[in-house]
Amino acid sequence: MKYTKDHEWLRVEGDLVVVGITEHAATQLGDVVFVELPEPETQVAEGDEVCVIESVKAASDILAPVDGEIVAVNQKLVDNPALVNEDPLGEGWFFKMKVDDLSVLDDFMDEDEYQDLIG
Amino acid sequence: MADPEGLIRLGLHDLHVELGGKMVPFAGYEMPVQYAEGVLREHLHTRSAAGLFDVSHMGQVILRPKGSIEDLKRAFEALMPVDVLGLAEGRQRYGLFTNDQGGILDDLMFTNRGDHLYVVVNAACKAADIAHMTAAMPGVEVQPVTDRALLALQGPGAQAALEGLVPGVAAMRFMDHRIFGGIWVSRSGYTGEDGFEVSVPQAEAESFARRLLAQPGVAPIGLGARDSLRLEAGLCLYGHDIDTTTSPVEANLTWAIPKARRAGGVREGGFPGAARILRELAEGPARLRVGLRPEGRAPMREGVELFTDDGTPAGRVTSGGFGPSVNAPVAMGYVARSHATIGTILQGELRGKRHPVTVADLPFHPTSYKR
Repeated sequence: MKYTKDHEWLRVEGDLVVVGITEHAATQLGDVVFVELPEPETQVAEGDEVCVIESVKAASDILAPVDGEIVAVNQKLVDNPALVNEDPLGEGWFFKMKVDDLSVLDDFMDEDEYQDLIG
Repeated sequence: MADPEGLIRLGLHDLHVELGGKMVPFAGYEMPVQYAEGVLREHLHTRSAAGLFDVSHMGQVILRPKGSIEDLKRAFEALMPVDVLGLAEGRQRYGLFTNDQGGILDDLMFTNRGDHLYVVVNAACKAADIAHMTAAMPGVEVQPVTDRALLALQGPGAQAALEGLVPGVAAMRFMDHRIFGGIWVSRSGYTGEDGFEVSVPQAEAESFARRLLAQPGVAPIGLGARDSLRLEAGLCLYGHDIDTTTSPVEANLTWAIPKARRAGGVREGGFPGAARILRELAEGPARLRVGLRPEGRAPMREGVELFTDDGTPAGRVTSGGFGPSVNAPVAMGYVARSHATIGTILQGELRGKRHPVTVADLPFHPTSYKR
């Protein structure tokens, strides 16, 4: 698992990258009540706002962590946004991306580095 | 997040931290926005059991007449388009300070306590309100109460929990006020639920709060849930839903303006801004505060602009969010009177896209006051 400074996690699954938000981010956001997902088969660039997430407190954006194509989104979040709080690292994933070269993930933080960031 | 330096810490600060409260700046005070349970569960807990809120940041003020209580009532009534003279001893009422333009300086609760009035005003307006009352009522001693905490206990379990500590409160009804030794109890609140607001001497406040929290069903609730609860109850938040530019008529608070103060009434006018307020009562205001129900699940928060289907600007959201008990987004805002009919469908602009939102009746969640 890799982590971004925007508190997203990235997990390699075959040739895809699964993206979600960390437990720390989910706790900070508070109860998530609405998630707007991107259309699958969308080309995105690093830093693009691809999802909107609304908690009881505020709206936030989920950014594309790398360049690539969104190939799948977690439709379950639309009906049950609370999954983001209940299981942020598992059932609460947001989208899957196809990237040209998985080695781009090497630049992101590992677990220890991320813990240092939030600690 | 703002630097907590310079913020006022209130008496129950350490208790909030011990209870897991997340302390944030609010109106110059350091206040718990939520506890470990989070806003959603705290909200639902208040509606199903009992929530304890620390609202000690609000301004408690005693108004004492230099002459008779009737003189005080008349002087106080001259600041607001409401009925002060007719308020019986032991009863509380909602009031609004207006300015000469008919805008709202603050909203407040006031109580007739026999030989004086007890007033509770918003934290952010406290200093201005005290200055306003002092300047406008030379025959009145305006005494800020600085040695008391203010706690709100709200929800269907509130009566049983408070009765255990303060026997006698169960006999009170909505908007009653009673003094039990050093404890001042009003049967009112800001959640739409039955409940109480309790003023407690600072020295006793922490033990009182701990004893309340030990009662079955009582949980600490932060300002986050207080906001979603009052929003579902259709209650205004000063500085958001009402301010110096909104009149009580525009704010749909005409229920607070009795016949006696309206055109043809026995005490017609005689309050700041009467010309505008009486005109709007007669002719209808240009815009009106309404409830708004966005379609779907995306909340429409303060600042969202509203349009008609053909793109004409129609108004703006003044507060909004997700209503946990309604289980849907809810909002309030001002719309042109021609769009204020219940059921009117408008378009709210969220992130560049327009989404349907329906003008709706308030409150969103039925109130359960003990009348």
